[in-house]
Amino acid sequence: MFIAGLDQYLILSAVLFCIGLLGVLTQRNVIKIIMCLEIMLNAVNISLIAFSQYITPITLTGQIFAIFVMVVAAAEVAVGIAIIFAIYRNRESVDIENFNILKW
Amino acid sequence: MLDIVFYLLAAIAVASAIAVIVVRDIFRAALCLILLFMTVAGIYLLLHADFLAIVQILVYVGAISILIIVAIMLTRDARQGQPLGNLKWPAAIVSALLLGVIAFGIINTAFTMPDNPPLQETVKPLGKALFGDSGYLLTVEIAAVMLLSAIIGAIAVIREK
Repeated sequence: MFIAGLDQYLILSAVLFCIGLLGVLTQRNVIKIIMCLEIMLNAVNISLIAFSQYITPITLTGQIFAIFVMVVAAAEVAVGIAIIFAIYRNRESVDIENFNILKW
Repeated sequence: MLDIVFYLLAAIAVASAIAVIVVRDIFRAALCLILLFMTVAGIYLLLHADFLAIVQILVYVGAISILIIVAIMLTRDARQGQPLGNLKWPAAIVSALLLGVIAFGIINTAFTMPDNPPLQETVKPLGKALFGDSGYLLTVEIAAVMLLSAIIGAIAVIREK
């Protein structure tokens, strides 16, 4: 039960993912929402690498998926923070309630 | 022995993830996020993913957290509290339900595990898989184009008119 196997890694990943989801749903500061998104991406990477270790240990498919998840995460943070700066220059705020420019 | 290390790293990871949400000061939340990234790198090492652990340190601790800290320093802090009424409890219930469903699925799934021992070093097999003939070469090139377009898009969005 307490030996660290695939189930334990997957449950750790699920716990981190749900904490990140809770943060995304409840935070007010947009930068904090991006931080919680990073927590969610890291949780998914943990589960991918655990699958790679326990289910495909020779072909390493899960680790290759994790590399591409990291690439997408880096691009997402760069574009996301650029958008935050652009809106901050316009609205002088990082409050999520002021990010309603697209609403009509 | 390794089990103790795993549970220690898991406890630090979950605690720092909760701290990212709970801590009021956003700069301290960013420092907790860096601690989380480093413990995740330790978990990758436990899973025999040495290259991924180094990339995690380089990309997340080295680049993404610096980007987030610069963003914090260039913006004024928002008001604390909940947006648009009190969404805290519905969000907590939804997250807990999702966690329960995922944990139920994990525990009740019989994974078929091969008996092969894990690879001791992963750099050479990963390189062969990514750049070999029958591998993911097209995906690597698409990822390169996507990174370039992301950089150009970020510059175009943030440029002063």
